[in-house]
Amino acid sequence: MTVRTPDTGTEHKGTGPEAGDRGPGPVKVRLDVNGVRRDVEIEPRVSLLGALRDELQLTGAKRGCDQGTCGACTVWVDGRRVLACLTLAITCEDAEVTTVEGLAAPDGSGDGQLHAMQEEFIRHDAFQCGYCTPGQIMSAVGCVREGHAGDDREIKEWMSGNICRCAAYPHIRAAIRAARDRV
Amino acid sequence: MTTTAPAPAEGPVGRPLDRVDGHAKVTGAARYAAEVPLPGLTHAVLVGARVAHGRITAIDSTEAERAEGVLAVLTHENLGKIAAQPPLLPSLAGSVAPGETFFPMQGDEIHYAGQHVALVVADTYERALYASRLVRVSYAEEPSVTVIDQGRDQAYEPEAIFAGFIPGRTERGDVEAALGAADVTVDHTFTFAANHHNPIETSAATAYWEGDRLTLHDTTQGVTATQHTVAALLGVPHTRIRVIGHFTGGSFGSKAMVWHHPALAALAARKVGRPVRLALTREQMFVACGHREEQEQHLTLGAGKDGRLVALRHHKLSPTSPFDHWAEPSLGVAGQMYACPNYEGVYRLIRANTTTPTFMRCPGEATGLFALETAMDELAELVDLDPLELRLRNYSESDPASGRPWSSNGLRECLERGAERIGWERRAAPPARDGDWLIGLGMAATAYPVYGPNNPQRARARLYADGTAVVQAAVTDIGTGILTVMTQVAAEALGLPVERCRFEGGDTDLPNVAAAVGSSGAGMVSAAVHAAASALREQLVARAVADEGSPLHGADPAAIDVRDGRMVLRDAPGTGEDYAALLQRNFVPDVEATGSWGPPPHDAPFASMTFGAQFAEVAVDPVLGLVRVRRLAGAFAPGRVLNAKTARSQLMGGMIWGLSQALLEATHMEPATGRWANASLGEYLVPVNADAPDVDVDFIEVQDTVVNPLGVKGVGEVGQAGVAPAIANAIHHAIGRRMRKLPITIEDIVSGG
Ligand code: FES
Ligand code: FES
Repeated sequence: MTVRTPDTGTEHKGTGPEAGDRGPGPVKVRLDVNGVRRDVEIEPRVSLLGALRDELQLTGAKRGCDQGTCGACTVWVDGRRVLACLTLAITCEDAEVTTVEGLAAPDGSGDGQLHAMQEEFIRHDAFQCGYCTPGQIMSAVGCVREGHAGDDREIKEWMSGNICRCAAYPHIRAAIRAARDRV
Repeated sequence: MTTTAPAPAEGPVGRPLDRVDGHAKVTGAARYAAEVPLPGLTHAVLVGARVAHGRITAIDSTEAERAEGVLAVLTHENLGKIAAQPPLLPSLAGSVAPGETFFPMQGDEIHYAGQHVALVVADTYERALYASRLVRVSYAEEPSVTVIDQGRDQAYEPEAIFAGFIPGRTERGDVEAALGAADVTVDHTFTFAANHHNPIETSAATAYWEGDRLTLHDTTQGVTATQHTVAALLGVPHTRIRVIGHFTGGSFGSKAMVWHHPALAALAARKVGRPVRLALTREQMFVACGHREEQEQHLTLGAGKDGRLVALRHHKLSPTSPFDHWAEPSLGVAGQMYACPNYEGVYRLIRANTTTPTFMRCPGEATGLFALETAMDELAELVDLDPLELRLRNYSESDPASGRPWSSNGLRECLERGAERIGWERRAAPPARDGDWLIGLGMAATAYPVYGPNNPQRARARLYADGTAVVQAAVTDIGTGILTVMTQVAAEALGLPVERCRFEGGDTDLPNVAAAVGSSGAGMVSAAVHAAASALREQLVARAVADEGSPLHGADPAAIDVRDGRMVLRDAPGTGEDYAALLQRNFVPDVEATGSWGPPPHDAPFASMTFGAQFAEVAVDPVLGLVRVRRLAGAFAPGRVLNAKTARSQLMGGMIWGLSQALLEATHMEPATGRWANASLGEYLVPVNADAPDVDVDFIEVQDTVVNPLGVKGVGEVGQAGVAPAIANAIHHAIGRRMRKLPITIEDIVSGG
């Protein structure tokens, strides 16, 4: 099976046996989101962000720019923080996707407990409008797990992919410091 | 003005309560306007004009219409006409709302690049986005004017700016003569790049019709403002339009005026007979919801040898749109900050091919105070005074513009507190050195007006027989924490613990309040909520004293306190009963009251302003041209603080905005094409975590008995003004050079040094 890339016209080996049959119209895409298998019928051009928000109604991942500049769409793919707006949903088929809704169930179901990072964000008032917040939290937990939250200098650097226009930054750092040992 | 030590908070008001909507925001449960799930939802994408001036000669949407999933392509040829232009305020005060004087897709003229020329509706977002690129538009392009340098010779002096509210020229005394006689003068031109708000949530509206009734989920600073505007544009009565906005993902002024997309979403929904979601792209945020205009300010100070001001002349030149005489009021606060008998302020405008500029956090104060406060720093140097002492010497007990006394002040105390926090005594010494860095200190005074609404504000309070209360007003939380502070205000007035009180806003079905603009939200809504909750409490107490079955029967209502939902005799707290017991015994399911508050009349014998002081410590590498802000210390006197935590957050955010204004933010116009050259968050610089230092925020407590019942003056904006001049003055202290342009860039530090 081969696919033709529009810009060069050169031919490439397909990525899987069905690649040529999948698209450009809607195809079935298997996703594993927050530990649950979710099948969606989407065009291959749909981003992970689009699939989460429009197909699965998981709107915790925010659309701030759709071009990889703000970090509001940060989720985890196989435990690594990624920008969902720059990731095609179809490339996540064999991966585990985690969104902020997977940290604690928003309807209070599950064990009803917030993640330590969520608790500290509330306690330290690490947000105002809240629009960047799910992305900040997913990034913050990632930052701690990666071992990049040793001190404020490190936190500043490794959290700089997430813009907070309300400028809650000093409080975001305080929340991360407080949650650091609890994550 | 009275200054007091911080009173220990007894009731809920003032306490640093966690945000009541915090849980929803950290879990992703909070749904913003473009996130409301609706059956049969469709998606709309706007197409913007590629030229800045001219006409559409042809528009071909056949290919877009044929694309998969497309339901409609709307252009000026098939959209239909709007019914009327919306007035600025429900009272019909002022003129048509700036920015709303023009509605796109009504004809073939193009007034600015990015002007909406088509709207594509499809069953998915991706299909709408794709099809939007298939709409072919041909233009007859005409020369455009988009920057000051292209239109200098066409500048005019408007009679009034700002929807007719502010005169184009203000004078007192004889500025010319006073400048001539002054011992010292400072005379400079200051330039400012255009800025864009860039909230992280882009503007969005979701619209659907049920018969002739429209529901709009809008991201806005005021659901009532959206309702009012869309009603006028569509010619649909208010009673058939419900606007909901529970969460707004930041605004900073971009969602204060109601721009074109909510009405377009409503029109598109009517056309396709399904719900329509219309969210702007990030790039569209640079053309579709206003900006802070590029500007030049020419400021001249005259003073005696003792540093006392005798004259202030302040002229501003800036581009406006083809439709409105807009300038942010940069001359206002700068002309009221200090005692100065002779004054002249003049706005001059240039007609340009852009959208109408609009409110952007500290609209005018942030730029006007930059000019004034850097000039004051220079004056201090000329008369050999400490900059702090110069401010104190020019301190004014009353408003120099109106002559009326300030309703409360606190500026002196703010200056002293900020100086203490930054260690201002170090300023007298030459700048310290830290490796390649020179360390400088700078300061500036700041102020922000206290605005009141033009109309009564209303709220409703209801107590259920289970002892819980819900209090409502149609206010929108744009990140200020207003839902939280109103819960506190309601709980305090009702004598209930906050956990038993719920505040609801964000819906035009609730009692009317004005949009949260100009740092006025907390003051005006707290007044209405306080009135409603107090009326409800009085009603309950009256019921108890009239009820033979109540232990309070026959008591004097004025002798009754309510604590934790229990009405008790103040002098015998053992005697009393719960609200809940009273209602349950009488089989009353709930009791309700409304409250309203009207602002003091405009001719009240007071002037009101929130004062503050900003101090900055910067490190400058003069060889590499780098500036790092090491510390900011701000002290503010915002009247009563309703929640110490959320107020601090707003002031802190404002101060970092000031840093951003000083060192980062600029939208660059490409004059040859009339298009913004850096319309993305990758190229329009805003602070990231690494740019934002820790900031000190201090409160100076002042009691204000005039502005509103709780004495709230507002914290949304005053935190920003004054930071940029404090930083510029600190840079001067470090390297001995004056910065008279914003933002201050590497080139400004290394060039000409
Ligand atoms: S939406 Fe993905 S980075 Fe902005
Ligand atoms: S909380 Fe508003 S953008 Fe971060």
